[in-house]
Amino acid sequence: MAGEGDKASVAVAGKLLAAAGDAGIAAAVALLLSIPLLSSRSIDTPSGMTLESRWPLALTAVALVFAGRLALNWLWWRVPPSRYGLGKAWLQPALAPLGRIAPWSGTLLLAFAVLLPLLPFANRYIVDLGVLVLTYVMLGWGLNIVVGLAGLLDLGYVAFYAVGAYAYALLSTTYGWSFWICLPLAGILAAFWGILLGFPVLRLRGDYLAIVTVAFGEIIRIVLINWQSLTGGPNGITDIPRPSFFGLAFKDGGAGSFSQFFGIEYQPIHRIIWLYYIILALALVTNLVSVRLRRLPIGRAWEALREDEIACRALGINTTLTKLSAFATGALFGGIAGSFFATKQGFIDPESFKFIESAIILAIVVLGGMGSQVGIAVSALVMVAGIELLRNLDFLKSIFGADFDPAQYRMLVFGLAMVLVMIWRPRGLVGSRTPTIALEDGTPIPTDLAGERRG
Amino acid sequence: MSTTGELSAWDASPVLRVEHLAMRFGGLTAVDDLSFVAGRGDITALIGPNGAGKTTVFNCITGFYKPTQGMLTLSHADGTDHLLERLDDFRITRTARVARTFQNIRLFPGMTALENLLVAQHNELMRASKLTFGGLIGLASWRRAEQDAVERARIWLQRIRLEDRADRAAGALAYGDQRRLEIARAMCTRPVLLCLDEPAAGLNPRESAELNQLLRAIRNEDGVAILLIEHDMGVVMEISDHVVVLDYGKKIADGTPAEVRADPAVIAAYLGIPDAEPDAVEIEGGA
Repeated sequence: MAGEGDKASVAVAGKLLAAAGDAGIAAAVALLLSIPLLSSRSIDTPSGMTLESRWPLALTAVALVFAGRLALNWLWWRVPPSRYGLGKAWLQPALAPLGRIAPWSGTLLLAFAVLLPLLPFANRYIVDLGVLVLTYVMLGWGLNIVVGLAGLLDLGYVAFYAVGAYAYALLSTTYGWSFWICLPLAGILAAFWGILLGFPVLRLRGDYLAIVTVAFGEIIRIVLINWQSLTGGPNGITDIPRPSFFGLAFKDGGAGSFSQFFGIEYQPIHRIIWLYYIILALALVTNLVSVRLRRLPIGRAWEALREDEIACRALGINTTLTKLSAFATGALFGGIAGSFFATKQGFIDPESFKFIESAIILAIVVLGGMGSQVGIAVSALVMVAGIELLRNLDFLKSIFGADFDPAQYRMLVFGLAMVLVMIWRPRGLVGSRTPTIALEDGTPIPTDLAGERRG
Repeated sequence: MSTTGELSAWDASPVLRVEHLAMRFGGLTAVDDLSFVAGRGDITALIGPNGAGKTTVFNCITGFYKPTQGMLTLSHADGTDHLLERLDDFRITRTARVARTFQNIRLFPGMTALENLLVAQHNELMRASKLTFGGLIGLASWRRAEQDAVERARIWLQRIRLEDRADRAAGALAYGDQRRLEIARAMCTRPVLLCLDEPAAGLNPRESAELNQLLRAIRNEDGVAILLIEHDMGVVMEISDHVVVLDYGKKIADGTPAEVRADPAVIAAYLGIPDAEPDAVEIEGGA
């Protein structure tokens, strides 16, 4: 009897020790992280910058990590922690109802997007946010052709967005060309730049390609800053013409204005709603074209390229042209989105085309599930609108004090979302791909098998 | 098949002529002054101990390596010749119509079996879709071409008995099925010469027998010449019309299976010398 009791207590002690050991490791990591992040803080004083030590704060954080990890180990994970199955078991049933509406999600999203400006709660802020989300949806779908289909990791996508924006801004302010003429031109110009930038990087794959594309994104931005005579440098380009409604301007009264023609009272929101429908249409065209391209030989070749480049060459596919066509098509849509951005803002400067934009667009594609159109739309909605909502969480001020600005924690939430999605759904929100052609019903196949950038 | 006299059957109408082929990697000579021919409508086997340079020869023929010296001539039935050592690897498949499979299977694992076979028909379909633009607006001629391509893929899926698994991911198929699918995919490029790198590796005896049937059907019904590397002597002796034996990058025997089996040099190469050859020579295609 006594022996069994001893055994049990030894087992408990062993488990506790393991839990404490694991928590100790977590605490050590937290300590390492808190040395640069928390332990000191730079403050400006009249005599220059000094460091204020904040060791109590850092040590509190470490203690919290230790206690929290220990509690999780002991109460929830039952030592040893299942690192890789974190929460999977309880999450799956929770997600099951989502699976049932999944086939309808595209239609539902589309209906919502079309009706949004007509809904009663749609004020200027909401429609503006809708325009922003749809711009990112379009950019996500454009980048998806390069990253999701062709498997070419492009971290400089914003360069094509910038080319499109500056193309429209310069053509319209210099020659007075209309938005609808400039739109395809800006797209073609961006596609041309896509080919130009694509050429030198054809031999690179994966990480190497990503690094070079980062550089290209930055080169374009730095050229925009420094080529003052053409681009206006850091001052940007102002007074970019707004798009008219089939020749009717959005202005307060006067001949040829939208409000006068239709005999309605002038409201600034009319212009926003018009912009909203323009970007919705552009995004839908992007979607339609990329869905159709996927079912054409070029789209299948892109996907084959992602799977195995050497096998592609052994099948007689010119991989050089195939890669360039993916770069050019992606850049085309980026450029069109860029010229929409220019006309929406009325003002552009190089600050709008920083690396972080590329990173956000890539994050949208990766989180959405590479190659999935609906997944990308959902993740753009979450990433852009969700983070915008952070600004409105005023109740947090009552907890953390009046000078707490939740919007400053955007990037933190961003990172957290990335980590969670990578744990729960490493292939993105939509982790399956629908075959481009099928003899029977064409049920989606899991993407776990996809051999990305092999060989 | 005549095996006596100066000229063998395969010399009369060769589909592939390899002349004085040499391939050096730095100081290492993997293939040295190799000459042989593969007859039209023949199954030609390239055999030899590990590291003999078989895969290197393959990679030279299919353009994954540029040979250091030598000439590789592929003749079509209409009399046009293609010099393979001057073509890019993808043009060897597209223009000279030489298709290949790989020692370690290289299917597109995340795409379905059917899609794999359609990717193989890329060049024809690109033409039919008017470089995508015709396909984008849905031309009737494009839709017909696509149907034909699917039909062709379906016939091949039937021939390799995978029709019921057409819409499954290729990577999820059984190993033997993947091997057959890779051969079907190569055949969908409409080759005149099919190069198979160890097609029987890892197959059980039943699958191996099926493979023999498939290869005979490709030779007899499709009239496609086959060049294969194989270690399984059962397969080689049973289906080959012509065997070329390599050792240390040099040809040591060339003839019918019966002749080669009796050749003392071949017996010495396989059994006589204690095996201590570097495996590094047999580098897989361009990886």
